[in-house]
Amino acid sequence: MMIKNGTVYDPLNGIDGERMDIFVENGKIVEESKEKEVIDASGLMVMPGGVDIHSHIAGSKINIGRLLRPEDHRKDVVPRTEITRSGVGYTVPTTFVTGYRYAELGYTTVAEAAVPPIGARHVHEEFADTPMIDKMMFPLMGNNYFVLKYIEEDEFEKLKNFVAFLLNATKGYAIKMVNPGGVESWKWGKNVESLDDKVENYDVTPREVITNLAKVNEELGLPHSVHVHCNNLGAPGNFETTIETMSALRERIHITHIQFNSYAGEDWASFASGAPEVANYINKNEHVTCDVGQVVFGDATTMTADGPWQHTLYKLTGNKWVNSDVEMETGAGIVPYVFRERNLVNAIQWAIGLELFLLIEDPWRVYLTTDHPNAGPFYHYPKVISWLMSNEKRGELLAKTHKGVSKMTTLSDIDREYSLYEIAIITRAATAKALGLRDKGHLGIGADADIAIYKLEDDFERSFSRAKYVIKDGEIVVRDGKIAKGHLGRTFWVDAGGEATDEIKEIFSEYYTLNFENYPVQEEYLPRQEVISCK
Amino acid sequence: MIHEHVVCPFCGCLCDDLEVTVEDGKVVNTKRGCIIAKSKFMNHDRDRAKPMLRKDDELIGVSIEEAMDRAAEILRSADHPLIYGLSSTECDAQRAATELAELVGGTIDNTASVCHGPTLVSVQAVGVVKCTLGEIKNRADLVIFWGCNPGEAHLRHFLRYSVLSKGLFTQEGRKDRTVIVVDVRENASTKLADIFLKIRPNSDFEIISALRAAIKGHEVGDVAGVADGTIKEVAEKMKSCKFGVLFFGLGLTMSKGKHMNIDAALSLVRDLNDYTKFAINSMRGHFNVAGANEVLIWQTGYPYSVNFSRGYPRYNPGEFSAVDVLSRKECDAALIIAADPLSSFPLRASEHLAKIPTIVIDPKNSMTSLVAEVVIPTAMVGVECEGTAYRMDCIPIRLRKVVEPEFPSDKEVLEEIIEKVKAG
Repeated sequence: MMIKNGTVYDPLNGIDGERMDIFVENGKIVEESKEKEVIDASGLMVMPGGVDIHSHIAGSKINIGRLLRPEDHRKDVVPRTEITRSGVGYTVPTTFVTGYRYAELGYTTVAEAAVPPIGARHVHEEFADTPMIDKMMFPLMGNNYFVLKYIEEDEFEKLKNFVAFLLNATKGYAIKMVNPGGVESWKWGKNVESLDDKVENYDVTPREVITNLAKVNEELGLPHSVHVHCNNLGAPGNFETTIETMSALRERIHITHIQFNSYAGEDWASFASGAPEVANYINKNEHVTCDVGQVVFGDATTMTADGPWQHTLYKLTGNKWVNSDVEMETGAGIVPYVFRERNLVNAIQWAIGLELFLLIEDPWRVYLTTDHPNAGPFYHYPKVISWLMSNEKRGELLAKTHKGVSKMTTLSDIDREYSLYEIAIITRAATAKALGLRDKGHLGIGADADIAIYKLEDDFERSFSRAKYVIKDGEIVVRDGKIAKGHLGRTFWVDAGGEATDEIKEIFSEYYTLNFENYPVQEEYLPRQEVISCK
Repeated sequence: MIHEHVVCPFCGCLCDDLEVTVEDGKVVNTKRGCIIAKSKFMNHDRDRAKPMLRKDDELIGVSIEEAMDRAAEILRSADHPLIYGLSSTECDAQRAATELAELVGGTIDNTASVCHGPTLVSVQAVGVVKCTLGEIKNRADLVIFWGCNPGEAHLRHFLRYSVLSKGLFTQEGRKDRTVIVVDVRENASTKLADIFLKIRPNSDFEIISALRAAIKGHEVGDVAGVADGTIKEVAEKMKSCKFGVLFFGLGLTMSKGKHMNIDAALSLVRDLNDYTKFAINSMRGHFNVAGANEVLIWQTGYPYSVNFSRGYPRYNPGEFSAVDVLSRKECDAALIIAADPLSSFPLRASEHLAKIPTIVIDPKNSMTSLVAEVVIPTAMVGVECEGTAYRMDCIPIRLRKVVEPEFPSDKEVLEEIIEKVKAG
């Protein structure tokens, strides 16, 4: 296949809007191809397929979210076609619709960001029903019994082995921490409030969990950094915890949906932006990457392993509340939520996300997410892109929001606008790089032929909403913003070694309700897999 | 040959520690499972179905190919086919059944519709505070069973999960726990209780509401025959425990009030979390009814009673539930898989099922297969073929295969029918 005469944005190879031809063969980008198929990309924008570093698309949590929201589904029904399955969309889309909508946006790889290890099989089952995109998932480790036990006993080698074992057993990709220590304390209805609080019943602090797992991450040579949802998420004044977390270590650390952790103020009445402080720290410290978790006004379904935070959110809103604690490993909570322009706190949250995008200087270290479906559904990414690329666009929306925003944030003082090159960085090049996916996020020779081709119009939102073409593994799967062909993507996982020691097996037989032999995810759950090796 | 760590494909407990001995392709012994598990494995080859078609009002033996051809023909020519059952099969078959329902524009429903359907509706209204069974094993010091009787229905529940089990913070097992059973009569489970609260039939809603008021400090008085002092005592135990759990079954979901009872119970447990840690878990019956809900949710957004006649999923229990679709004579064909509605449905629904062309896919003969137009035998899931099942707390476990099947699996049969419908 030849993609002819397109305007190419390929930041990992330093290509910024050059007119050139791209050749594809056998699912890869090649130097030249004899195949006859030609896509005339004259006047079109060619980018690598999008790579989403943090989204909730498969598994027990999102599926409870789907169960919880029939009132949502009926607002967005998706009929079947000859080539696509039916489903529903809105805030908690069904698996098929998730795959189709990501592909239509030009996204080709997505990470499911929070998986209870014992529920890993569930995630892989849903992955098999999530078409079009490549997938990976991050098992939750920040409140795992073995992690707490080995840190308490100062058994670093055992901890390292356990983490490697767990990645293998779950077919996971990265170490995920959510409110480290706090979720274990929540199992007794408590929480932790600082990095140095003790976890209930353990002589361990969140700081120790974060630093030890970050060290494990580097010693195992995992492709991604530790992926951290900080303590005190959502709480006024939490930007200090965030900075403390980042400065607790020198290893690589990815702070996820950092918007929810960049709050100043002492309570809801004095709620304000802590984004300048957080951005300032990140600008000076290269070991940190982050994704934003940008708020988009409208309906959302909040869901996280952070049980205590979800309880707080239930108390704040009075909305229906799900809590689901998972033996030995983690927990979860779900609460529907509406972000309103005229609500001062919501409007400040919206502005903080944009401040972070605009104040963090290096686009290679700040990525586009909405923490789908927490701050809004992923298919609103084009909206966020339009706010980043146009000061005027965000000014228009700013004018509609609560007027307190200008006082409590610095957004109205910022006039930076993202270029197309920078958009390509924060949506694909940098996320692929941060995940250590060498064949994704670029269009160099040997890269996976995952390509998004857009028609650039005056309206950036419209330009990015429906890709003109999407090529996945070398085949055209989207044409004129519609699915043209079904496709089953790959599942990436990391083989870091690790063995099930007698001690691990013994603890399983004592405290789990599942036999150890039935715990690891079997081969049958990975119809198309690719194993990524460690450094 | 001895198979270890085998998962029992009978009830929602999904015990995964069975030892099954197979000699010459036959199961000769099982260890560790309950008597039902033993019976399921030892008798798996008894009363097996054969491929049959109804000709001149009589079921005649045919090839399985012929039976599948006829099934596809029935579904293709039907205006409104119903697919029902699914709780005693594995998830890949459930996935295929959903695809088939979408393809033929029919209604799909699973047995939750006649057991924990009200629970699912209530979760949609109220939310739920739940946990996996290991949390209960490791932490619970107060265990309440309401309208359920695990002593006879989930035989190893007490032992493995809820009462006798020892865990991280319950090293003494039974001694560390207070057990309350609420029921309308004495049964195998009430014998185990520290407190047996015997209530009048159909008074659940009032008593749960009274408890909810009492934990908030309101004076309630005697309610539905239960003394004020008893309500206060139980409410106090609920508030003062460290980790409580309320298990409930069909005694709550299918007695008067139905989802109102569950709304009240879910709200009670939610409110208890203002004082302590408390969870509420449903006692699911068939081994993969939870999976039937999970699969339908991830494919359509809804747990049961889903209709595809407009090309996209619509959900409405009461409108698209199997009993109602049949009783109102709305469907003109039915595919029954991994369930036996004739043994439990109301007469009016069963009569319609007998009248329309009904396809039964099942490893064994059943009441429903007696009135079927087409009978398609399949491998027994968890004995003769693998697959995923979701435990009552929604933990997914892979079922094992211990003997070779004579017939294809549910999944293979459904996929074959899908191909035939598409080709036709």
